[in-house]
Amino acid sequence: MPMIHMTVNGKAVKGHAEPRTLLVEFIRDTLRLTGTHVGCDTSQCGACVVHVDGHAIKSCTTLAVACEGAHVTTIEGLAHGTDLHPMQEAFREHHGLQCGYCTPGMIMSAVDMVNRKGHELSEHTIREELEGNICRCTGYHNIVKAVAAGAKAMQGMAKAAE
Amino acid sequence: MVAVPERCGRSGPINLREACGLLEMPWPQAGRPAVPHESAARHVAGSALYIDDMPEPAGTLHIALGLSSEAHADITGLDLEAVRQAAGVVAVFTADDIPGVNDISATHSHDEPLLAQGRVSYHGQPVFAVAATSRLAARRAVAKARISYAALPAIIDIAAAQPGGVMVCAPMVLQRGDPAPGLAAATMRLGGEMRCGGQEHFYLEGQIALALPGEADEIIIHSSTQHPSEVQAMVAAVLGVARHAVIVEVRRMGGAFGGKETQGNLFASIAALVARATGRPAKIRPDRDDDFIITGKRHDFLLSYDAAFTEDGRIEAVAMQLAARCGFSADLSGPVTDRALFHADNAYFYPAVRLTSQPLRTNTPSNTAFRGFGGPQGMLAAERLMEEIAYATGQDPLDVRKANLYAPGRNVTPYHQTVSDLNGLALVEQLEASSDYRARRAAIRAFNAKSPVIRHGIALTPVKFGISFTATAFNQAGALVHIYTDGSVQVNHGGTEMGQGLHSKIIEVVARTLQVPQEAIRISATNTGKVPNTSATAASSGADLNGKAAEAAALTLKTRLIDFACRHYHLKPEQVRFTREGVVLGTSVLSFARLAQAAYGARVQLSATGFYATPDIHWDRASGKGQPFYYFAWGAAVSEVAIDTLTGEYRLLRVDILHDVGQSLHEAVDRGQIEGGFIQGMGWLTTEELVFDAKGRLATHAPSTYKIPACRDTPPDFRVALAQGLAHGAATIYGSKAVGEPPLMLAISVLHALGDAVASVADYRSCPRLDAPATPERVLAAVRRLKDSGLGP
Ligand code: FES
Ligand code: FES
Repeated sequence: MPMIHMTVNGKAVKGHAEPRTLLVEFIRDTLRLTGTHVGCDTSQCGACVVHVDGHAIKSCTTLAVACEGAHVTTIEGLAHGTDLHPMQEAFREHHGLQCGYCTPGMIMSAVDMVNRKGHELSEHTIREELEGNICRCTGYHNIVKAVAAGAKAMQGMAKAAE
Repeated sequence: MVAVPERCGRSGPINLREACGLLEMPWPQAGRPAVPHESAARHVAGSALYIDDMPEPAGTLHIALGLSSEAHADITGLDLEAVRQAAGVVAVFTADDIPGVNDISATHSHDEPLLAQGRVSYHGQPVFAVAATSRLAARRAVAKARISYAALPAIIDIAAAQPGGVMVCAPMVLQRGDPAPGLAAATMRLGGEMRCGGQEHFYLEGQIALALPGEADEIIIHSSTQHPSEVQAMVAAVLGVARHAVIVEVRRMGGAFGGKETQGNLFASIAALVARATGRPAKIRPDRDDDFIITGKRHDFLLSYDAAFTEDGRIEAVAMQLAARCGFSADLSGPVTDRALFHADNAYFYPAVRLTSQPLRTNTPSNTAFRGFGGPQGMLAAERLMEEIAYATGQDPLDVRKANLYAPGRNVTPYHQTVSDLNGLALVEQLEASSDYRARRAAIRAFNAKSPVIRHGIALTPVKFGISFTATAFNQAGALVHIYTDGSVQVNHGGTEMGQGLHSKIIEVVARTLQVPQEAIRISATNTGKVPNTSATAASSGADLNGKAAEAAALTLKTRLIDFACRHYHLKPEQVRFTREGVVLGTSVLSFARLAQAAYGARVQLSATGFYATPDIHWDRASGKGQPFYYFAWGAAVSEVAIDTLTGEYRLLRVDILHDVGQSLHEAVDRGQIEGGFIQGMGWLTTEELVFDAKGRLATHAPSTYKIPACRDTPPDFRVALAQGLAHGAATIYGSKAVGEPPLMLAISVLHALGDAVASVADYRSCPRLDAPATPERVLAAVRRLKDSGLGP
């Protein structure tokens, strides 16, 4: 089995992976980062979304070996210690979750959306952009609110970092 | 420091509620900041654990199931040699390897084998199980089986099942008065049929179980189930051990919606079987497609109705038959089809009525509980009837609905229960005004008159949903509450958390009762070793039942603490008050933790159980009479849609909901249930279509072909209000009302709004009669049918 290397949530990691090992398996089973969930196994639900080199991808249909040398961020990599990322905080505050199974993928997609589309997101944009993430519980209403609020709050974060 | 108060001479028993100051201490409702879901911080951080996230013990085996490729056949050969020889395989199991009973029928109907024996009864039925060192190895090995079959005639759908009419259980009849004379002598009468489809639960976390063998015959099962006690019973029966040897634990589920009320039994039992036989931990997580194929779904129905009514649209007599595809075994189909009958009146009074169910056996997965539990299907029949009458009498469907709502003197249901909380009309009229229904309807008509292709539609439908398990015995719950000497409180109760916020509500109940901050309370995983003989978390009853049980346990502890304080500090009970600032003892205040410490020092028991049994309910199925429901939950919704009459495509434009949750225990949670339930109901009635082919194979077995609502399908304008000041027919926990299922049925307004839009193409002169799910294809077909009817402008 080949050895693969990545930077995951800022840390250099390595591990064995078969050529057919999926990124989500590598993350969950090898690295034991279980916040990334598997909902459908087939690239439909978005529960497994992580960032690879700054872009959101579905890790259930990405091969681990294809991410050799990549920078990967999972839901566990968003918070700073006990300080939640603004998007995480927004989902918590706005009750943007029920069973929570879709939540990590939703948040990773939302952060990616802000990175691409900016901080002022219309509800329409959010609805269009979240098409690849399924939630069976919430009816999306609070998720849309959470994403809009989180996007705004991320602006504050960007400013604070400057 | 605590000043020693004056001596108190307590005599006689303490009145619990008085002593606890519950009566004189109203909880501030308005303006309280919303408390996040009890696990919210962990969910957003990715640290909330589901079963698949738990570290697997060394040596854990992974299980895959070998499934039937036939809908109905005798197994003539089962060659598993190649499976056994496959890489990584440790053991292979067939029905012959089951040490106890090969049956997991939830209703003890003995018609649901864990593994098929000799005969398969649906496509996808588990025939054997493989345990291997990895999930992949197990899945690869399964494919190497050689099974031969001798096909038997298979009955796939309701139409095929009805002539023979083989039922999975005895049908039910509800009758009040005799509708036959009324129907025969009617001035106006109509009859018809409506089909409504089933629904896949699509809980985002699929079925899963992890079994850990212990010493001797002991075993611990982590199961994603709404019903740990039933999993315990099934596992015990399959293994042939007593229930005390089996512990089932559930921290949380990633969604369930009824799909884990009985459907988890199979996976938990298989994991237990493997763990028991091999002495190794065993885990099963079927892949999503297999989950679709194996497990039961919402029942699809064929609803037949016949009604007599007056010229102004008031119903005089109704006869209905509700036929359901139940699948190969009974599962919960009896109670599901019963509940369909219980809701075939929805919120309307039928002066003379006869309702019959037809729970049909078919060679398909065994249909099961799904949010609403048959109620939504029954309600569809009532609402179709309202629509038919509106078109037959040329009225606004809302006026027909209002004329038929339960009202004083017209308030007895087909099951002879009197509706005491007559909230229907008040709720409907409030929503009619707040949603501006009449003006919008007029505007839509004007718009449609000028719009050749795009047509709008609007509809307002009410919901009345009966709260309680109709199997009266299930209406009980237990709880276990510990106070530790640092003042922290651990609560365990029989309910399970599936995202519905039950644990958040129970925390609220205990926090109010003991007047401690929410952070001081933790709910531990539901565990059959802590609270035994529990009911499923189902029938929307989770908070009603377990909230009362938790309150009872907390009140017992509070009484002990008051009793102790009176003795210790020489007070009268009325001088002891639990407040947010601490426990008031006469003129001084002590923190809850200090009081707990002092009580511990005085050897006061700081652990208590609580129990609750819903009062005043009874039901006799044979006579069709009783009081099956403790109270009713009410709601109403207005939906507005736009359809494209050339393609059948549509959009939901605006939704207004007014829903009754009583005194909300947790407003954010309740609103979430209403929004989520509505969208799930909308999915059922619009885009979610289950297609079985002629051979009984599910053609829509993945989200690629089975379409649940996505974010874009939700209404851009979504207004949800909680009803205020309505009557409440029962003494529930802190005046709250059940909210899990009722909002799903608010989505019936979407179906009728689509119908309204369709009807515009024939100038509203012909009933659109849209079946469900109203996919774009069905909408287009209805548009064509109405255009061809020649009634158009
Ligand atoms: S698990 Fe990857 S998209 Fe569903
Ligand atoms: S919160 Fe359950 S799937 Fe989104």
